[in-house]
Amino acid sequence: MGGKEKAEKIICYHCGDNCDREHIIFDDKDFCCNGCKTVYEILDQNDLCTYYDLEQNPGISLKSKTFDDKYAYLDNEEIAHLILDFKDGNKAKVTFYIPSIHCSSCIWLLENLYKLTDGVDYSRVNFVKKEFSADYNPEVISLRKLVELLVTLGYEPAISLEDSDKKSKNSINRDLYIKIGVAGFAFGNIMLLSFPEYFGFEGLEKSIQRFLSFLNILLSLPVVFYCAVDYYKSAYSGLKQKFINIDVPISLGIIVLFTRSLYEIISMSGPGYLDSLSGLLFFLLVGRWFQNYTYQGLSFERDYKSYFPLAIFKYVEGVLKSIPVNRIEKGDVIRVRNQEIIPSDSILKSDHANIDYSFVTGESSPVAKKIGEYVYAGGRQLGESIKLEVVKPVSQSYLTQLWNNDAFIKEKDISFNILINKISKYFTIAVLVLAVGGFFAWIGKDFKTGLNAFTAVLIVACPCALTLSAPFTLGTAMRIFGKRGFYIKNVNVIERLLKITHIVFDKTGTITYNQTGEVSYEGVEVKAEDFKKIKALAMNSTHPLSRILSESIDQKTDNISMEKYLEVSGAGLQAIVEGDAYKLGNWDFVNTGENNSLEKSDATQIFVSKNAKLLGRFKIENKYREGLKGIIEYLKSRFNISILTGDNKNEEQRLIDLFGNSANYKYKQSPQDKLDYIVRLQEQNENVLMIGDGLNDAGALRQSDIGISVTDDTSSFTPASDAIMTSNSLKQLPDFINFARVSHKIVVVAFIISFLYNILGISFALSGNLTPLVAAILMPLSSISVVVFATTVTNFMARFKKLI
Amino acid sequence: MSVIIILIIISVLVAIFFLVVFIWAVKTGQFDDTYSPSVRMLFDDKKPANRSDRLTKSTEDQKNTDDEKA
Repeated sequence: MGGKEKAEKIICYHCGDNCDREHIIFDDKDFCCNGCKTVYEILDQNDLCTYYDLEQNPGISLKSKTFDDKYAYLDNEEIAHLILDFKDGNKAKVTFYIPSIHCSSCIWLLENLYKLTDGVDYSRVNFVKKEFSADYNPEVISLRKLVELLVTLGYEPAISLEDSDKKSKNSINRDLYIKIGVAGFAFGNIMLLSFPEYFGFEGLEKSIQRFLSFLNILLSLPVVFYCAVDYYKSAYSGLKQKFINIDVPISLGIIVLFTRSLYEIISMSGPGYLDSLSGLLFFLLVGRWFQNYTYQGLSFERDYKSYFPLAIFKYVEGVLKSIPVNRIEKGDVIRVRNQEIIPSDSILKSDHANIDYSFVTGESSPVAKKIGEYVYAGGRQLGESIKLEVVKPVSQSYLTQLWNNDAFIKEKDISFNILINKISKYFTIAVLVLAVGGFFAWIGKDFKTGLNAFTAVLIVACPCALTLSAPFTLGTAMRIFGKRGFYIKNVNVIERLLKITHIVFDKTGTITYNQTGEVSYEGVEVKAEDFKKIKALAMNSTHPLSRILSESIDQKTDNISMEKYLEVSGAGLQAIVEGDAYKLGNWDFVNTGENNSLEKSDATQIFVSKNAKLLGRFKIENKYREGLKGIIEYLKSRFNISILTGDNKNEEQRLIDLFGNSANYKYKQSPQDKLDYIVRLQEQNENVLMIGDGLNDAGALRQSDIGISVTDDTSSFTPASDAIMTSNSLKQLPDFINFARVSHKIVVVAFIISFLYNILGISFALSGNLTPLVAAILMPLSSISVVVFATTVTNFMARFKKLI
Repeated sequence: MSVIIILIIISVLVAIFFLVVFIWAVKTGQFDDTYSPSVRMLFDDKKPANRSDRLTKSTEDQKNTDDEKA
């Protein structure tokens, strides 16, 4: 071990991480930890090393992942039943969401699971959804064994309380695909059968012509009565609420097209417009599909349920028994082990607990609790197992109560396509006026032409191109954002982004780094040699602060001998390093009784002593994300800014340095306070963009006009929000807002183009010249040209703005 | 000319057949995941060595390394 030059970076053969903390050489390959080596061994023994040929270092880092009997609860039939899709005798089927699926090696390994273990008959990965499903024989391999195998390989399934709510498995997209298929089928065939008509073949026998026309009617029936149903429904529900949405003119157009075509064909006065009708629906549905694009691997709907465990161990007459978390009652005594989440508000029954609330409050240093103290749900226990007596059931805990707020009940996306629905009212009225006007203008001369003109206006004004402009522009913009690590839930978010007047930031974890901090040392001057030993000592602990400390000291710690290592939960660590006794920890633990000048401070700090002599302390301050300063200058000039934090004021000065005096600062905010603050802003007619990261922001994210959750890794849990942003993209926020404005302008231009087409068509219609051929050309031409315009210009602008 | 009617009917029936195949494909979820099949077809189907062979091989390996150590 060691001896290698520092400049030469050794990366783990399995996961590609740096091997600087630990370095194991096995089979001439480098590994960063035992977990990675174990996976390699398993794969090697089973002849599955193709895994490493498909992608470079495909594995998932297994550092500090131990599970012992974490999954023992899966042996409980009742709980297993909540997860299984299907079970009958020796056949069972299960589907897991595995966030760590990330490359083709993953697919290969998981689908070759049957080579690794007996009992698995078949396994499949849905890469887009990051889902893994397996058919297995529960008599050969238990669910628990299966899950444990996956965890050993690094593919930890996300099993949470959410799984107890049975979700609908079929994606809504399937229905849309079929509709597009049917419409496309009808469109193509009707057009083909109408060709003789277009070219005006004289020689065509009347009987064949009639046959073709009736075949067209037959083909158009599924289009009118199946594919278009959603538009009628939406138009009807809009009208019922006394609101003319864009689906009203569409439905009107479809119905008029169909009845007039029927009339023409049956009365043998013409061939009808069935080709235009099916083409119209085909394009509309394609537009809808483009707009409905979703990031299936991400979830925008998560609440505390996908964060909380599915099962917990409860003491029943002194014996541990696993029960579903939903069934916890007041007075139950439960056991929570290392790295497990406390599911409900309770009272600590063990002597000590060390609880990490980082996800709930954003605060990275764990909180030490003593026997008899009240413990809130949502924290993660670090250290040995603890016993808790439940005070409130899960759904009524301090944290989970937030989800009973009204903000979570009412639907945020009331109007779909805000802009287009604003226009549609005037558009529909104008079209109706024109149609009726045309009718009366002709009626004096010729009733039939008048009726023709009336229907022709309704047909040609059917806002196909208009409805396609927004979906294609915004859908393209959405995909561009996605490439930049800004994943929005749907295209409405872009339209809402335009109206933002106030930006609210959460502090911890959002604008600061979660897992790291700025470490400064103050106290007696010490030699580099001492820092090296301190690092060696701190490296032994998995406590977040020890990790931050050890990472901040940039020295090699090879060949350092250490004995009598002791970690006292919630206090500190000590050991004899190279003959000197070091202590690291809080004041009570390290205090040597000499000077007291260092003690008082609200800041996060670690004291250090050497041979019972106090050396000094390490102060750990939040580290603000890089590039933040630049964007804040810009955002400040355009929006009102607020900072909400659950912390106290001890970093006030640094915040003011960053955000200036004009921003509003709120300290010690509970999750409910944050939500209420957003409500107050909205009452002052502000459109609020909230940027947060943890469960404590969930209420505010939901209440705000747009909630963005920031995450370091999109495969990790994010609370329900309108958009998910990788933390690296935070500094591009102004670019995203600007681009939303740009795409809005593109939509407006596309609207103008499609209006021009409509005016052209209406002039044909009013003069009574809208032949089926003109309609059949105009309809697809206008739609396609608008689509092409919208997508190319949006892509071009993105390139111009350097977004892609 | 009436033969054209039969031909048209046949062509529409063929088209309907493909439509039905498409609907079946959608319903069985073949469009749910548009990424993995593209990778899956590139995987080599290396026949895994017989399980028992492998076990004896690995125990032998183990023995060899043990011997080396000794």
